[in-house]
Amino acid sequence: MYDFNYHRPKSIDEALSALTSASDGKLMGGGQTLLPTLKMRLASPSDVVDLGAISDLKGISDQGGAIVIGAGTTHAEVASNAAVKSKIPALAALADGIGDPQVRNRGTLGGSIANNDPAADYPAALLGLGASVKTNKRDIAADDFFTGMFETALADDEIVVSVSFPVPEKASYAKFPNPASRYAVVGVLASKGPAGVRVAVTGAGQGGVFRVAAMESALDGNFSAEALAGISVPSGDLNADIHASAEYRAHLVGVMAKRAVEAAG
Amino acid sequence: MPSVSMTVNGKAVTGEVEGRTLLVEFLRQNLNLTGTHVGCDTSQCGACVVHVNGKSVKSCTTLALQAEGAEVSTIEGMATNGDLHPIQAAFKEHHGLQCGFCTPGMVMSAADLLQQNQDPSETEVREWLEGNICRCTGYQNIVKAIQAASQEMKG
Repeated sequence: MYDFNYHRPKSIDEALSALTSASDGKLMGGGQTLLPTLKMRLASPSDVVDLGAISDLKGISDQGGAIVIGAGTTHAEVASNAAVKSKIPALAALADGIGDPQVRNRGTLGGSIANNDPAADYPAALLGLGASVKTNKRDIAADDFFTGMFETALADDEIVVSVSFPVPEKASYAKFPNPASRYAVVGVLASKGPAGVRVAVTGAGQGGVFRVAAMESALDGNFSAEALAGISVPSGDLNADIHASAEYRAHLVGVMAKRAVEAAG
Repeated sequence: MPSVSMTVNGKAVTGEVEGRTLLVEFLRQNLNLTGTHVGCDTSQCGACVVHVNGKSVKSCTTLALQAEGAEVSTIEGMATNGDLHPIQAAFKEHHGLQCGFCTPGMVMSAADLLQQNQDPSETEVREWLEGNICRCTGYQNIVKAIQAASQEMKG
């Protein structure tokens, strides 16, 4: 890892000023992706701005129809939070399946979505539940937030503050994990609620997380695994790597979608 | 060079580090606490697990500066006045180690589990150890040791 100037701001304003005055600054949540990336020298920022000491970014609040989670909240906190577990158990279970316990004790919601790894779990939660991302500048709907592999709608000087998840009537996340990393080979979040019927797929798309319109319209009115019979996604736009071919991933999308719908009840 | 201060095993420590200095490097090289191991250096193996503010983390994937002001505990802080911690004693009793390289991380990870769940099932122990790898394939006795320690600690 190349050396860098380290900053530990206490407020979002301080973080922005550290970021914008750096020649090549990088924001860090829990560092569970960024630090391995720096070790492999895939990135060498001049400055790392650690968001871990900003209390405004932490915490979970139950706002009745929605659960709002601060960007600096760890996966372990989301997984064990009573409000999340009772109102959106699919989200608690998804957070509980990320990496391993030690990664979940440090990795954050904001870090995960800002990185937008095509095999990360949280992008499926945001897109599949119709969440909204609050930044220091604006609110961004999940549908507009994830713009491609490792790409988001965030501007260079924009920091994720929190994510608001509308409470669904029913939702479940089914993941086929890579047995070593626990990243999703394919993960599907299916839900029905204030944001309509949604089926979001992570791990499979070349452009990152995506929705499956054909599945959503089949489930609208008949939210059951049987309604998905015969619906497949084309393999042309899917990832192929040493873990799975594009055709296998396309098959898994169908299987995981059915499992998610069935588990959602 | 930036300076970092934290409490390690109950003792206040301060040291000069670089921005890129990992917590595990600070523990091993600055403080000579070499009980915390570096196995894979890619956050997979868990040999480097320590507690930061009571929670188990991978010290190879944490910057020393991220632990500014934190309470850190390592394997060296587990025994009291020369008496092994019940988890350490159970690893010894149940042959929960062969080469011993992964053991500090296993013990620190187990200690975090047992503070959240006083009576974990075998499945819960195995799921918790997702981030701790033993290449002697000693999991059977590691799980046995952790379950035995849980009974001992419940009293």
